[in-house]
Amino acid sequence: MVALDIKDMEIVYRHPDSLVDISTHYCPGCTHGIAHRLVAEVIDEMGLAKRTIGVASVGCSAFSYNYFDFDFVQSPHGRAPAMATGVKRSRPDRIVFTYQGDGDMISIGAGEIIAAAGRGENITVIFLNNANYGMTGGQMAPTTLPGMKTTSSPNGRDVEQTGYPILASELLATQQGASYIARRSLHDPKNIRMAKKAIRLAFETQVRGLGFSMVELLSTCPTNWHMTPANATKWLEEKMLPYYPIGDYKVHPELSELKV
Amino acid sequence: MQNETLIAGFGGQGVLFTGKIMAHAAMAENLQVTWFPSYGPEMRGGTANCTVVISDEEIGSPQVRQPHAVIAMNLPSLDKYENQVAPGGYLVINTSMVNRKAKRSDIHVLEVPGTELAEELGDKRLANSILLGALLAEAKFLKVGSVEKALEESLHGNKKTMVEINKKAMQKGADYIKGK
Amino acid sequence: MAKELWKGNEAFAEAAIRAGLQAYFGYPITPQTEALEYMSARMPELGRVFLQAESELGAINMVYGAAATGVRTMTSTSSPGTSLMMEGLSYIAATELPMVLVDVVRGGPGLGTISPSQGDYNQMVHGGGHGDYYPIVMAPAGVQETVDMVYGMFDIAEKYRSIGVVMLDGSIGQMIEPAEMPPMLEVRKDIPEWAVRGGAGKDKRILTSINLDPAEMEKMNLRLLKRWKEVEKNEVRFAEYYMDDAKIAIIGNGTAGRIALSAVRTARAAGIPVGLLRPISLRPFPVQAVQEVAAQLDNILVVEMNAGMMLEDILKIVQGKTSVEFYGRIGGVMPYPEEILAEIQRIAANPAPIKGHPRDLWMERIEPVINQ
Repeated sequence: MVALDIKDMEIVYRHPDSLVDISTHYCPGCTHGIAHRLVAEVIDEMGLAKRTIGVASVGCSAFSYNYFDFDFVQSPHGRAPAMATGVKRSRPDRIVFTYQGDGDMISIGAGEIIAAAGRGENITVIFLNNANYGMTGGQMAPTTLPGMKTTSSPNGRDVEQTGYPILASELLATQQGASYIARRSLHDPKNIRMAKKAIRLAFETQVRGLGFSMVELLSTCPTNWHMTPANATKWLEEKMLPYYPIGDYKVHPELSELKV
Repeated sequence: MQNETLIAGFGGQGVLFTGKIMAHAAMAENLQVTWFPSYGPEMRGGTANCTVVISDEEIGSPQVRQPHAVIAMNLPSLDKYENQVAPGGYLVINTSMVNRKAKRSDIHVLEVPGTELAEELGDKRLANSILLGALLAEAKFLKVGSVEKALEESLHGNKKTMVEINKKAMQKGADYIKGK
Repeated sequence: MAKELWKGNEAFAEAAIRAGLQAYFGYPITPQTEALEYMSARMPELGRVFLQAESELGAINMVYGAAATGVRTMTSTSSPGTSLMMEGLSYIAATELPMVLVDVVRGGPGLGTISPSQGDYNQMVHGGGHGDYYPIVMAPAGVQETVDMVYGMFDIAEKYRSIGVVMLDGSIGQMIEPAEMPPMLEVRKDIPEWAVRGGAGKDKRILTSINLDPAEMEKMNLRLLKRWKEVEKNEVRFAEYYMDDAKIAIIGNGTAGRIALSAVRTARAAGIPVGLLRPISLRPFPVQAVQEVAAQLDNILVVEMNAGMMLEDILKIVQGKTSVEFYGRIGGVMPYPEEILAEIQRIAANPAPIKGHPRDLWMERIEPVINQ
């Protein structure tokens, strides 16, 4: 056997500088960890860590500030876009992003997100859609699929009573102030790579001062979906993707020429 | 020494402006002053009023139940405020817009055809200054010079041309009441 | 600087700007809107931040974000808007960030009226949202006092890393009085040590209000309370009028206090020995001043533009040592001096201690007045 000199090897995979080297509180199989990593990698690659301020929200990601290794504030439920606005307007040369779940962003915070997009607020929103309220134990969210069982829709979401899922990317893409709106999924490596590119483009939008950017990331919640991580991934692909098509919903012309 | 004037009329008759001119003049005389408007639902009916309290000590209430003087620019204002004038006080009536006499006999009633006199000066919007001129000629709680200074300092830009004509209107009101 | 005529709402906006305000966020609501409009012209002119938010929820959370970066920031609103801001205020208090709120109070409950009221006393003085904390609350009685108070409130808020509230009623917001503006301060260039700025690794700062460990949260609460004791020690303010030889004391704050002053003067002219204690800081409350009044005087008349919110605080302080009566107007009605004068005359004629709760007795007296 020949001893390999590790110094001569190319590093193809490493811990991002912008992630703290600790275990997270997220459940096994949850895709929050992947989303965190993608954001951290993009911040590292763009060299933004020393001028980024994150805005955590309320939900499973309330404690995301413990995992990202740069400045963070934590907002009331749904108000992250407003708080981010206050940060960005006060320090316009900093990079400001919110990290929000579906209950936070498109239920209690629907007003704030639409207003921020309408204003063309130069912030980035990372939006995790896992079709339920995770932190409080799996209640129905505005994103819960028709017929889907949750602890507050035990017989399955009845659209006659509770209406239909809100399509956040489609909705925000109608806003003139929005410059980059994309939906991606975190269910397999190919889609994860696509998600990273979208996150990169979202931050590029902000760095270029083009206005509001948002990336919706379809995510799994094995614990509250009562599935194994593998089955949850399969469920996302089979059930969520048809309802929430991945794609670019709004791309500023200046971004479409950009290669990332 | 405290003096209160309530000015009331339709929106557009310069009621709030006249109050502000009085406040400005009082400040120029180193007196304490408050200008207190009616605001809200009362304004919606097209009527406006404000109370100007002038004093040589710290002013308490900015609104008074029995003002020392009332300037009634129209009939609804006369109907509403005639009874409130403090005994011995002044009621200035714009007779151009009112079809009745005052009922009170325990106060000084100054009847001035403000709108008509203003039209003689070419602008019926000067009725407010004519009535103020009449009031100050009789009640004398502000110096004419301070009011003129207030006009000069309040009307600037494209309103500057209104300074002299307002001074004239005040004089016309004073002459009218003295000539009676 | 010479005195100029200022409308209350515009005066406090200019005073805040002169205090070095860097970021203002607000939402239109009567009777405060002139402040928002004034800021919308003046702040951009000075290269500072102005933004009309989507709601009072938005506005207070924009203030939250701005305060986290260490800039001097404020909002202004009126009662229904203040109710909406309670959530944000509680978070800001828990995150220990300084900010200034000007609440131009109107009549409630509900959408209520847009007329002057002191109905926010409980929600500010005893509240400010959920949890154990107090905002610092000051109540001016005129335009100059409002100017001075807003100008000074930023320093106070920063000293204690607390919320500073200037609570005035709609009449002060709408009235014009001469006021002298304080000098224009330079906008702060440095960033306070605790503020987020974009720092990574060992320079990382987290500003949050959540700590799921109750033991840690308990320590944090204790820290806030200990800081509050300092506020109580240093920031009590009140004004006294004709109190030296008074036998009857009126206690009223803000506009109710200044209306009472007119009544006190008239009563004095008629030989009634009455004085006025006007609390300026409502939280911390001038407890000692009220205790001294209770120990020395025969009668207290509390006057408010609500149904006796401050009255309850005074009853607790007085502890039955002297007779306390109450007079108030509610829902957006301002009392006239004559009403308070009649109360003074009634008490002077019969200073014997009352039997029953002062609010109950006032309700009996006020009902015919209201139904007139």
